[in-house]
Amino acid sequence: MKHLHLVPTGLKLDFISKKILFFVFSALLIVSSIALFSVNGLNYGIDFKGGIMMEVRSKTGPADIADYRDKLSNLGLGEVSIQEFGEPEEVLIRIQRQEGDEKAQQRAVQAVKDVLTDTVEYRRTEFVGPKVSEELFMDGLLAVSFAIGAILVYIWFRFEWQFGMGAVVALIHDVISTIGIFALLGMEFNLSTVAAVLTIAGYSINDTVVVYDRVRENLRKYKKMDLAELLNMSINETLSRTVMTSVTTMLALLALYILGGEVIRGFSFAMIWGVVIGTYSSICLAVPLLTYFALRRSDDEEEESEIEKVEKEEGAV
Amino acid sequence: MVYFAKWKIALVIAVCLLGVAFAAPNMFDRQTTADLPGWLPNQQISLGLDLQGGSHLLLEVEAQTVINERLESIVDSVRTTLRAERIRYTGLGVKDDAVSVQIPKNEQIEQAYDLLRKLDTGAETVTEGHKISISLTEQAIIDAKRSAVEQSIEIVRRRIDETGTKEPNIQRQGDERILIQLPGIDNPEDVKRLLGKTAKMTFHLVNHNVSADDLVSGRLPPGTIALPDAQNEQRLIAVRRKVEVSGDMLIDSQPTFQDGQPVVSFTFNALGGKKFGHVTTNNVNRSLAIVLDGKVISAPNINGPILGGSGIITGRFSVAEANDLSLLLRAGALPAPLVILEERSVGPGLGADSVAAGKIASIVGLLGVIAFMVMSYGRFGVYADIALMFNIILIAAALSVLQATLTLPGIAGIVLTIGMAVDANVLIFERIREELKNGLGPIAAVDSGYKRAIKTIVDANVTTLIAAVLLYEFGSGPVRGFAVTLAIGILTSLFTAVMVTRLLVVMWLRRTKPKTMNI
Repeated sequence: MKHLHLVPTGLKLDFISKKILFFVFSALLIVSSIALFSVNGLNYGIDFKGGIMMEVRSKTGPADIADYRDKLSNLGLGEVSIQEFGEPEEVLIRIQRQEGDEKAQQRAVQAVKDVLTDTVEYRRTEFVGPKVSEELFMDGLLAVSFAIGAILVYIWFRFEWQFGMGAVVALIHDVISTIGIFALLGMEFNLSTVAAVLTIAGYSINDTVVVYDRVRENLRKYKKMDLAELLNMSINETLSRTVMTSVTTMLALLALYILGGEVIRGFSFAMIWGVVIGTYSSICLAVPLLTYFALRRSDDEEEESEIEKVEKEEGAV
Repeated sequence: MVYFAKWKIALVIAVCLLGVAFAAPNMFDRQTTADLPGWLPNQQISLGLDLQGGSHLLLEVEAQTVINERLESIVDSVRTTLRAERIRYTGLGVKDDAVSVQIPKNEQIEQAYDLLRKLDTGAETVTEGHKISISLTEQAIIDAKRSAVEQSIEIVRRRIDETGTKEPNIQRQGDERILIQLPGIDNPEDVKRLLGKTAKMTFHLVNHNVSADDLVSGRLPPGTIALPDAQNEQRLIAVRRKVEVSGDMLIDSQPTFQDGQPVVSFTFNALGGKKFGHVTTNNVNRSLAIVLDGKVISAPNINGPILGGSGIITGRFSVAEANDLSLLLRAGALPAPLVILEERSVGPGLGADSVAAGKIASIVGLLGVIAFMVMSYGRFGVYADIALMFNIILIAAALSVLQATLTLPGIAGIVLTIGMAVDANVLIFERIREELKNGLGPIAAVDSGYKRAIKTIVDANVTTLIAAVLLYEFGSGPVRGFAVTLAIGILTSLFTAVMVTRLLVVMWLRRTKPKTMNI
């Protein structure tokens, strides 16, 4: 049986010579992401800005959104957004954070329930007060910063600092552009988006590590080879794996995006974007960046013996 | 050589079998597993509130209230002490978290200081000219707040138990917060209403000598306060500040009927009953105000001594209000008000839909990956797929044994793991392909493929694990569920993708001893 080869064997694509193209593209991506973020801002969910979110399902056929809007706008609760959610019977109601303390949020929830009464099923009611939303925001920020920091330290420890720099540039690129796409599309940015961003960070670095591992191996094997050639070779050798893994992950994520339901859609979207951008950045940013750092090539006797030791240990597995 | 130690083979098989055993209870409904003999694994994955439906409430204890009350009571003691000793004072009150008082006569300052110093063991007393100020020590504040929070948790638990909620989870979070999880409750208005009241009940004598005009203008004699009527808050009632009997001496309270009206009966403990008897004996034909949370529920006339230690509160209640009040009195008063900081409630319909959608997405994703692996790697793809199946079984087993909570993002974590779990196998198989191309024989290629790929696999997975740990550390609720399944998935997929496929590959190599290999 002839097996499927997504990447033809012996493929020799030249990535390094096009590095300027990639760098320009990525720079544009970053700049426009930051611009979009500062102009549009993010559409923060209630996790981060506080407020009320209710998912209701009409018990009497398709929901009359205009009617709901009429009823709710008379309550004087400030900005109220009402949209269809997945099915015609279902509606997502979002109400801005109420002025005042946590009790004001409570009263608003009650006011909405009093107006909509029992004609709807309350599938989800969430409210986050000002205190908690601030904390959640800080926690999210800390989690992402620490994750990037911890990954940097790990790469530093396992590789040399040049690799660490390359990996972190790629990582930050992925995180910023993910935020950019959320700002562009105005998709809700909430706690599970932060979870997605962190997973993207893990995935992206995973890809980068695999290619870097090969670069390091080839640096030892071919001490005389031109660096650009060597980097190209490393990318091409691992390209089949990179594509395979991206495809399997993408298969699972697409299933989740299409079939996983409305609640999880934002999360799966972020992840799909992350897989695409993470794969791109590993190959087209992380590796070409290495050409700018002086990689040590020959005086590695000490480290080599250490690696061999590790290999012996692992060989016994 | 394709050496695979016997004990390792045994270990791999044992882990897989244990995985199947511990994952198995999830295939049956709860009743069936409950009927199994106790030595069989019978724990099922516990679903998060977002999947089974339920309410999550985050409350904060307004512990500062306890401090303020304590300062107020110091003010009262200062007043009585100084009066008893005939020491003149001015400007007694609470200012900036401290009680301060001025003693105009120089010769009395020392004496006053000595007296006031002993009022509260947790307080610090300092003199500054004519001013004496008493403030609580930091330790006393911490202790008071801590005990207020602990007491609140106890009271919250009692109140929620009284409502008959099944398996509520009530735990302290941080210094002054309480996290409540109520499975199966998707409209927690009842619980919120019950938690919204501190339910401090006190009995005070009504001061009949205050005229209506004085009441409105606030000209009250010392020791008398004006409290609003619970039914009509515009109406004020003058009552003596002194608490004759307080609700913490109640041992029981029940809703009942009197003349067809819902009322609440109460019974005091021995001490409370004695006090109550005393008050009612000495004040016949005066009114006794029943005050709940600073509002007068009713102020009935004392027709004669009540010596049995029990009585009835009439207050124009509805049946529901009478039920609530008796429940609150039974469960006891909260030391401080609670504020709801966050609420997340999911109805059972949405939860079930999420589970169903998650299942379908997992199965479709799984089938896609399985088919794709077979197309790409043939026989080896099948091995990887078998490992993938065991991976999912092991995740289910681990979640059941650890009793970790599976949330919707957790399901997403599993689906993601399905996609990423084969990565280790892809790395190994690609490596074997390369080694074959370099001219190695099948056995040598497999051997070297595994050996070389493992280092990369570990490096690549540790980074994702770091992200999962931080997510767990900083995330809350459902996001934590995601971190847990992601972390478990990484560990199980390392085991299955490396050990299980290796075992399968080695067994195949030993059996057939192929001269060439197609991967």
